[in-house]
This record gives sequence, structure tokens and C-alpha cells, in this order.
Amino acid sequence: MSDNKSLENLVTQVRRDILRMVHKVNSGHPGGSLGCAEFLVTLYNDIMKLNDGFDMDGKNEDVFFLSNGHISPVIYSVLARRGYFPVDELNTFRLLDSRLQGHPTTHEGLPGIRIASGSLGQGMSVALGAALTKKLNGDDNLVYSLHGDGELQEGQNWEAIMYAAGNKVDNIIATIDYNQKQIDGATDDVLPLGSLSAKFEAFGWEVLEIKDGNNIQAIKDGMAAAKAKTGHGKPVVVLLHTEMGNGVDFMMNTHAWHGKAPNDEQLESALAQNPVTLGDY
Amino acid sequence: MKKYTNTGSKDTRSGFGDGLTELGKTNPNVVALCADLTGSLKMNAFKDNHPERFFQIGIAEANMIGIAAGMTIGGKIPFTGTFANFSTGRVYDQIRQSVAYSDKNVKICASHAGITLGEDGATHQILEDIGLMKMLPGMTVINTCDYNQTKAATLAIADHHGPVYLRFGRPKVANFTPADQKFEIGKAVQLTEGTDVTIIATGHLVWEALQAAETLEAAGISAEVINIHTIKPLDEEAILASVAKTGCVVTAEEHNFLGGLGESVSRTLAVHHPTPQEFVATQDTFGESGTPAQLMEKYGLNAAAIVKAAEKVIGRK
Repeated sequence: MSDNKSLENLVTQVRRDILRMVHKVNSGHPGGSLGCAEFLVTLYNDIMKLNDGFDMDGKNEDVFFLSNGHISPVIYSVLARRGYFPVDELNTFRLLDSRLQGHPTTHEGLPGIRIASGSLGQGMSVALGAALTKKLNGDDNLVYSLHGDGELQEGQNWEAIMYAAGNKVDNIIATIDYNQKQIDGATDDVLPLGSLSAKFEAFGWEVLEIKDGNNIQAIKDGMAAAKAKTGHGKPVVVLLHTEMGNGVDFMMNTHAWHGKAPNDEQLESALAQNPVTLGDY
Repeated sequence: MKKYTNTGSKDTRSGFGDGLTELGKTNPNVVALCADLTGSLKMNAFKDNHPERFFQIGIAEANMIGIAAGMTIGGKIPFTGTFANFSTGRVYDQIRQSVAYSDKNVKICASHAGITLGEDGATHQILEDIGLMKMLPGMTVINTCDYNQTKAATLAIADHHGPVYLRFGRPKVANFTPADQKFEIGKAVQLTEGTDVTIIATGHLVWEALQAAETLEAAGISAEVINIHTIKPLDEEAILASVAKTGCVVTAEEHNFLGGLGESVSRTLAVHHPTPQEFVATQDTFGESGTPAQLMEKYGLNAAAIVKAAEKVIGRK
């Protein structure tokens, strides 16, 4: 188990990476990336059981799928900082000939990524497939996934959600980034999701909530509770309440930074709010 | 000219079902997924023999493609089964992102392709699927001609690493290729030798092409018939070698002339050896209800249409 302080320092570094990556190419998605920094840092450095190195098949380790691929900056930073590929490579984000495509892909063979994502709504099905294979392989490890809340507007999710419960796929913990915002505004204004907990429960899932999804201890406790629910015949979902743009005052409480890069001055201000560095790339 | 015999009409989908059944015994990594059409795809035997490796997905094709992609992670070889329309057009984006772009070892097996699905009509038929699948980088596209070849192809694609689209049909068609054939992905099969015209056919129109060649022979026209079971990668060498002899081509397929085999052949010819070509294919139209034979006749997808096209293209030399 990693102590919370070192994880917090890592989160700050990941925030710096996200901001600098997006700023450099003047494109990318900082808002959702910042909102999920605590979760993905904690997941990869405290929660998941991971083997050394990277193997596409992920046998005998936990595997993770990012369904909302637009938050690529955060997963790239977390993977690089975990040692999957050189941290320096973050410098190539969204540039020609880079393995760090705008949205994640396996096409260029980036260690840590097992499926392309970006076109929304497909990750739940993929995670289920990997979970079913783990069962066939007698592999007791878990499949984790992260989905945007707005992404649940895609109907394929509900096919997958129905399948998972109907077939007792109980080695999966799906996490919903419940920030209640999407590109065009609040999810309630674009297409209301209604009660996600009631919906998942009605579909036969175990539903847990992490009320402060930007708090490392809350994430640890919530995910431990979720893990305890696995293996009992039901798929598990965690509604992770996050703040889009977390850690940068002017990016919080708005959907404006979903897909917009900071300018030079904004970058300076944002980095000043996240001063701890473990070594910028 | 070498003659071919129909050793007993069978449906190509049964070739798939029997191939899958054999794979169940010989390849423990093969898993099968179906979207509520187990009987139509002839997947029952696999299901009965290997219930733990059979996945009934329900009427949810997008989820089926995604689950199949995910199942490759950990070493499984998923074979998905549903109608060609729901195997491709309905789930194009899922195939594009989760299978082709992600280079996943998924075999998309599609029955009831073309208009010979028949009475169900255009909602269940598809005449665009070859085009949709061949446009995806890295996708192998196979359209088999009879029961034996479909069975052989089903076995062969399990050993090929990468995404594959395997297309076959519903009705019983002539079974004329050898039961013990070796199926080589991307390798055309030359069925007859000829000097006046090359007939390049795919799917069950290969049999129609053989019938057409006999008719043409009786009229003193020597036709070379090539069975292109793999539309992508296309065996350009075989095509170019044949047209160098004959100087003209008829392509025949149960597909729209846009995006199908004919278009792939014409691209090859345009780049390497410009050659007169006629297309036996549907003419940018949807199908309709009717018996398979009626539809083949109305849409010009039979031996008579191939004969007419051959006579026309020879006149253009």
C-alpha cells in the first residue's frame, strides 16, 4: 500500500503533465483528465495487482480499460509515471509519428493500452469480454474500467450492462466518472441520466458510490469495498463523484475546459497551483 | 474445358457451422458468440458440445463485437455469428475501433449475405458489406463459394492472426469444390483455363460462372474462370496473369457493383493493366422480397447474366 502523501505528490505531478501536454499542442481534454487524476493514480499505484512490464494478454494480473478515451492525457501520464514507457515520451502527445495519439490506441503499440477508445460507449463491452476470458482462463484477477457519465448516453452501454448482470460477470468493477458534465454542458441539460444508481440496480448490478472521487483515502476505501463485492454473482459499478478540472481553480465548476487547452498565462497559473514536482519531463 | 460436378447442394452456412464444430474439438482457444441467431448460423453443435465456450449475447450486436474484442485479450479467438447486415453495417464503428484499429483477433462470421436471404426483404439483406469491410485497414475479407470451401475457410481463419470478415449465404447452392481442399487466404483458385475472357467470381456466383463458361464454350468462346474467395488481400498476380492472356474481364458477385469484388479488380487493372471489364452485380439498389431464384433473375446475378456480360466485354476488346 502506498501512503497517501506520496500518492498526492504523484497526483500533482500527473496534473502538471496533463496541463503541459495539452498546452504544448494547444489541443486535448484537460477537464476530465484532471478530474480523474486521483482515481487513476490510486488505481495504478495502490489498488490494481499488476505484473512487471506489459503484456497485451494481461494474464494473472488486473487489467484496466479506459472507455472515455478523450481523457488520454491522464492515462498517458499515469502509465508513464508507473514505468510502462519513458516519461519523456509525454513530450510527443498528439504530435506526428507519436505513440501517444489524441485518443489511445494499440495501433502504435503503446505499452499499457490494450484497446483503442475515443468513439464512446464501447469500453464496457470490451471490459466484459476481457472479464469472460479471465474466467475461461481460470484467472482470478479483476477487470477495472472507467467510463464517462455522459458516455452512458450511448446505448451500447446498456446492452453490456444487461449482459453483465444476466450472465453473472462478477469479476469486473466498472467506474463511472460522475462529474455530471459533458462537452455541451451539464448532463442534465444535454440528456439527463436520471438516477444512475437506480438504473444500475434495476439492471442487477452492485452499486457503490465514492462521494469524493478526488480524495485518495475515499477512493481507497470505496474501491476496497467494491473489491469485496466481486465474486458474488453480480457485476460491480462505482459511481465516482469527481470535479472536472480538479486542482486548477479556473477550470473547476465548469464544462468549459472539457476540450480546451490553457494559454501560456493560464498554464503558468495552473502549474503554480500544483507546485510539487517529482521531475517534469 | 474442365467440368465441375455438383456433388449435392448444401448451404454455405452449414459449412461454417461444421467448421466451427470441428474447431471446437481441435482449438481450445476458439470461442463462439451469437446474437440470437444460433440456429440460423448453424452454431448449435458448437453450443451443445462446448457450452462454456459459447456466448449467447442476445439481440445486441454492438455489445457482441465489443465483447469479442475484449475476449481476445487473454488469448481467445472469438467467432461472432449473425446476419451479414447486422454483422457489418449495424456495428461498423464497433468493428472499426475495437477490432480493426485495435488489431484484435476477431472473426466476424456473417450469414444470409446478399439478396438470396430472400423473402425477408431489404431490411435483412445486405449488398454493401464487402465494401464496408474491405475499406477497414487490416481487415481480411473472405466470401466463400460453396459448403466445402466455407468449411475449409472457417478452419483456416482460426490459424490466421488478425481480424477477418467471413461472408456466406442462406440458401442451398451447388457444392462442387473438393472436401479436402487446402484453403489459402489471399490465394485465388483458377477453375478453368481459357483464352477469350476471364470471369472472376466470388461466393455462389462462382458456380454460375462455371455454368456460364460451359454455355460460352458451346458458342465457341473460351472462358477462364477464377474463384476469388478472398477479396482482401486480393490475388492481383492471378488476375493479371489471366487478363494478359484473355484481354477482358467479367466480375460476378452478389453485391453492389460499388465497393465489391468488381471494384477491387478494376482498381488492380487500372493501375497495372487497363482492361475492358463488365460487372455482374447489383446496380446500386436495395433488394426486395422474393425467392432467391427470382431475385437472382431479377437482379441479373446468374449464369445467363454472366454469359451476356462476357459477350459484351469481348466486343469491347
